[in-house]
Amino acid sequence: MEKLLTKNIHLPDSHKIETYRATGGYKALAKALGEYSPEDIIDIVKRSGLRGRGGAGFPAGVKWSFMPKGTERPKYLICNADEGEPGTFKDRVILEKDPHQLLEGIIIASYAIGAQQAYLYIRGEFNLAIQRCEAAIREAYEHNFLGQNIMGKYYSLDILLPIGAGAYICGEETSLMESIEGKKGWPRIRPPFPANRGLFGCPTTINNVETLANVPHIIERGVEWYTSIGTDKNHGPKLYCVSGPVKRPGVYELPMGTPLPEIIFDHAGGLFEGRQLKGVIPGGSSTPILRPDEIQVNMDFDSLAKAGTMLGSAGIIVLDHTMCIVRSTLILANFYHHESCGQCTPCREGTGWLENILHHIEEGHGRPGDTDLLIEICDNIMGNAICPLGDAAAMAIGPAVKKYRDEFDYHLTNKQCLPETRK
Amino acid sequence: MLTSGAREKVEKLIACHPKKEAALLRVLHIVQQDQGYLSPETIASVADLMGMPAIKLYEVATFYTLYNKKPVGKYLIQVCANLSCSLMGADNLIRYLKDRLGVQVGETTPDNKFTLVTVQCLGSCGTAPMMQINDQYYEKLDEARIEQILASL
Ligand SMILES: Cc1cc2nc3c(=O)[nH]c(=O)nc-3n(C[C@H](O)[C@H](O)[C@H](O)COP(=O)(O)O)c2cc1C
Ligand code: SF4
Ligand code: FES
Repeated sequence: MEKLLTKNIHLPDSHKIETYRATGGYKALAKALGEYSPEDIIDIVKRSGLRGRGGAGFPAGVKWSFMPKGTERPKYLICNADEGEPGTFKDRVILEKDPHQLLEGIIIASYAIGAQQAYLYIRGEFNLAIQRCEAAIREAYEHNFLGQNIMGKYYSLDILLPIGAGAYICGEETSLMESIEGKKGWPRIRPPFPANRGLFGCPTTINNVETLANVPHIIERGVEWYTSIGTDKNHGPKLYCVSGPVKRPGVYELPMGTPLPEIIFDHAGGLFEGRQLKGVIPGGSSTPILRPDEIQVNMDFDSLAKAGTMLGSAGIIVLDHTMCIVRSTLILANFYHHESCGQCTPCREGTGWLENILHHIEEGHGRPGDTDLLIEICDNIMGNAICPLGDAAAMAIGPAVKKYRDEFDYHLTNKQCLPETRK
Repeated sequence: MLTSGAREKVEKLIACHPKKEAALLRVLHIVQQDQGYLSPETIASVADLMGMPAIKLYEVATFYTLYNKKPVGKYLIQVCANLSCSLMGADNLIRYLKDRLGVQVGETTPDNKFTLVTVQCLGSCGTAPMMQINDQYYEKLDEARIEQILASL
């Protein structure tokens, strides 16, 4: 497949506006403002089938169409660049290497939903991305792609750049809104939904970086072209992140629905010599792990759902035979416990119990019945919390315990790791 | 007291935000960079500048992990200990750094030069194992590379 989202990233000064324009950048914006009404754009994006790349795969055009029309209230677009899901490092590539592609998407999306102000929320650790985006915004103002009467048209937009401060939960959309409002990031109870009451109580649309970066391509080259990439109901290019003990870890742009084994063994070069595949977490730490006999699956939203897991953020984490499953599960339990905002009891307490029990098992102090207890705690968190972080923890841990029960039981009986995983 | 440079940056930032609360997280970043950490006195003076109650700032400062509530060393070494980095040997690096610096995780060297902490995923899993020192990412680490980096600081 021709590269789209990553076509410029290897060019020198790929982050500068001159480079972006020299490769056709901001033509889609001219087309959007010159030829289409906001309704047209929403319709095009709907027909393109573009699904959100932040994790849930919700159709972007449909989300935009929820924004109320004819209201006096200000409307906002938020770009979610909080990228914090373990195993995920794709948005950072766009932010650092091609920020104008993202800005063009943000401007077109803001025009479509009628926002006069957009917020690009970047996680606080991404210093280079922050610098690059700040500079890109400045350049875009200088070239009148932002500000008053963009490209001489009757549309104006300002972009602000809030910066996170190390809380994974702020990637959750309502938590992120609280964070922009200068508060601690406690997710809100829904309804009301952001399209009605979002940022500062006003209608808000929030999309992931990669989602918005797709938009200029769709506008420029049309729905038919876009839907020809990928599989049924899962269209367009996709950025897959591969990490773990493989020969060529990294971000790969491939059509939506590329088979998982092709990504791991062809593109990423397979595992290091002498390492055997133990399992694959296909879509970032929150998605249920696949055993080696389950990896024959296409990497799109629907195929992975059918396989009992999720595409999530497409952060493919490859686990090999030297990793103890109790330890990998403990690392994730520690993460969710650390990142739980503490607002609801099942998540706050449950993630802590999971971490404690796993810690005891890993240290050789596990008790009979601990595996069942872990599964029961996950079941009790699932569906009983305000935001999906609780569910995410349950999905990261429950299936791992169930699918690798033998190894958990080995640990409980022998009070130590499997021989090949001992450090 | 904030230096005049930091104070000016803060005032400029507040001025370009239609809603001043939306500037708060960035303001705290600037102040921390200026002061090294957020002491109660610092928070009180920022609250004055922002025209917000200090308690709101405390709530924010304590919720977010990037804000230091107590002093840290000149170099804050943050090693990612999440899954992809652990698969690539993060635990050995942490052990090496502990020995090399003579501190436990969470501690500062007696000369106040280094503070060693572990952090969650920094979005750099494809170049694991990795760490961040102050604002800078260091990726694909091994012991030799760590020695080089420490020598360059
Ligand atoms: C705990 C948690 C963390 C999340 N982190 C992110 C993130 O870092 N980036 C992101 O785009 N979406 C993240 N999401 C999903 C967002 O809530 C939201 O669904 C997404 O930004 C919508 O964009 P999309 O429709 O374009 O995918 C997270 C969700 C949860 C529950
Ligand atoms: S599920 Fe967890 S992170 Fe989400 S609101 Fe409840 S306590 Fe907070
Ligand atoms: S797991 Fe270490 S950077 Fe992602």
